[in-house]
Amino acid sequence: MAHLHDDKTKFLEEKALEIRTSIVESLVEAKSGHTAGPLGMADIFTAFYFHILKQDPKNPTWEERDRVVLSNGHICPVLYAVMAHAGYFPVEELKTLRKFGSRLQGHPHREWLPMLETSSGPLGQGLSQAVGMALVDRLDRGHNSNRTVYCFLGDGELNEGQVWEAAMLAGKEKLHNLVAIVDRNNIQIDGFTENIMPLEPLALKLAAFGWHVLEIDGHNMESIVDAVDQARAIFEKPSVIIAHTIPGKGVEMFQRDYKWHGNPPNKEQGANAMVELRTLGGQIMSEHE
Amino acid sequence: MNLNPKLFDADVEQAPIRQGFGEGLLEAGRADERVVAMCCDLTESTKMDAFAKEFPQRFFEMGIMEQSAASVASGMAAMGKIPFVSSYAMFSPGRNWEQIRTTICYNDRPVKIVGSHAGVSVGPDGGTHQAVEDIALTRVIPRMVVITPCDSIEAKKATLAMAKTSSPTYIRLAREKTPIITTVDTPFEIGKAQIFYRPEGVKVSVGIIACGSLVYNAIMAAHELAGEGIGAVVMNIGTVKPMDREAVIALAKECGAIVTVEEHQVAGGMGSAVAEILAVEHPTRMKFVGVQDEFGQSGTPLELIEHYGMGKDSIKEAVKSLI
Repeated sequence: MAHLHDDKTKFLEEKALEIRTSIVESLVEAKSGHTAGPLGMADIFTAFYFHILKQDPKNPTWEERDRVVLSNGHICPVLYAVMAHAGYFPVEELKTLRKFGSRLQGHPHREWLPMLETSSGPLGQGLSQAVGMALVDRLDRGHNSNRTVYCFLGDGELNEGQVWEAAMLAGKEKLHNLVAIVDRNNIQIDGFTENIMPLEPLALKLAAFGWHVLEIDGHNMESIVDAVDQARAIFEKPSVIIAHTIPGKGVEMFQRDYKWHGNPPNKEQGANAMVELRTLGGQIMSEHE
Repeated sequence: MNLNPKLFDADVEQAPIRQGFGEGLLEAGRADERVVAMCCDLTESTKMDAFAKEFPQRFFEMGIMEQSAASVASGMAAMGKIPFVSSYAMFSPGRNWEQIRTTICYNDRPVKIVGSHAGVSVGPDGGTHQAVEDIALTRVIPRMVVITPCDSIEAKKATLAMAKTSSPTYIRLAREKTPIITTVDTPFEIGKAQIFYRPEGVKVSVGIIACGSLVYNAIMAAHELAGEGIGAVVMNIGTVKPMDREAVIALAKECGAIVTVEEHQVAGGMGSAVAEILAVEHPTRMKFVGVQDEFGQSGTPLELIEHYGMGKDSIKEAVKSLI
């Protein structure tokens, strides 16, 4: 992928704002769902779906595409939003989130939305699936493969033993075509991760499992793109990007409060959030005011 | 049915059901390069070693991680492969049930779960290693196909057949040598039940539906009963799910009473599946031969089969109680 120039950075930042707006709209409409994670990961998902990924939204089964595994399926409002805005399905459909008969199930289901690589929701299972994909990519294409398997994980789900089973296997197999992105937002349902089940020193743990570890500010477009570039350049091991993010990023009320992990905004909270997003936290005043 | 002509002889040939799986996997691997195999540190024991030797690139040693292995297989299937994952039935599908449910069945991926060492006939290893819940665990998951071969030859045919389907599938294997019932000419089709024994010159009054390693005991019981003037037909229900409804209903209509025989908990197993059909379609008096809500223990396979009431005489008693 190309490095970011100023115009592209600006484009991605504006796009991320649009994505956040869509996330809040769909959650208000759904009346249930997760708020903090999707908003916190909006910059990273925007960078992926509007710059990084090798993809063709009009031909989602294109064999040469990169594979995306969303392991923490509960943050799907952000996945649905970027996929819709990237052209996989109509943006209007985002309003059906979590409703009866909707393709946008509460947790992603590929039977309903076939352009998903996998269904997810129960935590800790995505990295194993991504490892399976990366193993087959290498089996079929050898080391010259130009496809990358990306797996997005939450930090809370690293409590699951299965994640470390998969991490061990990826390290053993030296899967250079695998890049994991951990949303290090420090919250999970019952509280802060370091109180519930401490993960630190996370980077050292992952390195000890045979991974190349990168740490970035998950809200800085240039850092995101540079980290993925670097991860793909590492040839002898899988890479993991620990992305430090602010849960609920973009709306003051939702930020850094674990209570917003699994709750949606109501209509009024949603309306306030929309004003805050559209005015960039009051930095932009409407010409009507 | 072209069964083994030596079936009723004392020196009937014996082979472990898992051995047929190993032979079938190797042949499936030769026939279709999409077939890949992965094992959880039990390669020789689950008979994946021949495949691993011939196709080292397509064999993946997972180490002792059944949960991850099920999901890795799902990822491989997403990339077009037909993965076989083997371990002991106690651990796969025992330990990794939710990974199988979500990443394989909910995802609709053609992963083949191979559960070896099922049943109390594992013997001396004891109750921790004797899976008598695996049929219940797998048949309850939507989309899952559940196959319980009755001998080594049927296991080979079943393995080849399941490699050709796009369904998530569970195949149940046993550790010990058991008598060879079928021959290479015995037909096998997923979802089809077959009558393996029908007494001659005796009025038929009970149908025995058996699966897996106990089909032999069922046939021996029916054969002895015929000598005592009691007519029992034996059906081998090689596929527990989807079950051959028509054949089950027809047998119940013909016989008027049914005994089910399985090396598994009575709760939720093959017999329960038969009862679910008959209760609705043709209510029939039934007896269930199987483990009655207990855990296994150490012992020889023969001792344990007898202790838990699944031997030939127990089957005969169950038949007689329905007459």
